[in-house]
Amino acid sequence: MALLAEVSGQLGAVGYGLAAIGPGIGVGIIFAAYIQASARQPESAGANRTWLIFGFAVVEALALFGLVLAFALS
Amino acid sequence: MGHQPTFLAEGFPPGVKDFDFESWIPSLRDSEWGLAFTKITFMVWLAVAIIIVYFLVSYRNPKLVPTKKQWFAESIYGFVRDGVARDVIGHEGLRFAPYLTTLFCFIAVTNSFAVIPLFQISPNSHIAFPVILGVISYVMFIYLGIKQHGAAKYFRTNLFMPGIPWPLYILITPIEFISTFLTRPVTLAVRLFANMFAGHLMLLVFTLGGVAMLGSANIFVMGLSVFSFLMAIVMTFFEVMVIFLQAYVFAMLTASYIQGAIADEH
Repeated sequence: MALLAEVSGQLGAVGYGLAAIGPGIGVGIIFAAYIQASARQPESAGANRTWLIFGFAVVEALALFGLVLAFALS
Repeated sequence: MGHQPTFLAEGFPPGVKDFDFESWIPSLRDSEWGLAFTKITFMVWLAVAIIIVYFLVSYRNPKLVPTKKQWFAESIYGFVRDGVARDVIGHEGLRFAPYLTTLFCFIAVTNSFAVIPLFQISPNSHIAFPVILGVISYVMFIYLGIKQHGAAKYFRTNLFMPGIPWPLYILITPIEFISTFLTRPVTLAVRLFANMFAGHLMLLVFTLGGVAMLGSANIFVMGLSVFSFLMAIVMTFFEVMVIFLQAYVFAMLTASYIQGAIADEH
């Protein structure tokens, strides 16, 4: 079969792009939920901030794995 | 290996090689101890010295009405004790406040080297240092859990949660094992490492990219290099935020793992 198309260069960069999709959506949802919660109940904003950062850090880890693996596997 | 990063255009595009430094002792450079005393290890020792000396000096002669130094040192400790130890662990957590404060300060100071002129790289952008911090937290929360509940009860409540139908254990026990005992130290270390690594790389891309564009023969590309340098400045401010956010996140996740280990009910 004839070769119709070829991808050359860093495949790790493509992998990082794919790895960033999920955490991107997740981080968006987390901040949206925080804004909504503190708009509905402004006095809870301080108490929720700890868990905002917590959730953000946990979700963000997946994108960072993608970044590290893109360098490690290149 | 043994490559000294320079801010010249031939360093473009930046890569993993920009994170390698030569030993400061020339006779060691070609031996297996070639990485024995580099800029990175110097920065770690410097950070330790800064923290010890600062807290010793500001607490040497405590006053009822604090001086500026004492006030700042007390604010750091108060922030971690109230904002991290007490909020996350509860009243029990106050005895972990000294460790969490030390952890927070160490990470904040070592990360800060990423934006301080002449240093401009964080030791935490080498995986070795975050790994050790992650391992300390990992050993600590497992030890505290075993000490609090006994080994059998600790692993039973963690791996076989009470109150669910037994066939679900086939599914839940492996997930709990992987998430509690395998990925926790890895994510702790990799999160800190990858943030500092990516931050340094991003600054290099914009500054080296600006230099490379400035060296272009095309006058239009040359003029556009201004935007690259502007972006480098913006990214430096973003980096300052990441530095303190990551120190806070590391201390808070450690506190939350300790809380999970010493809590009575899961």
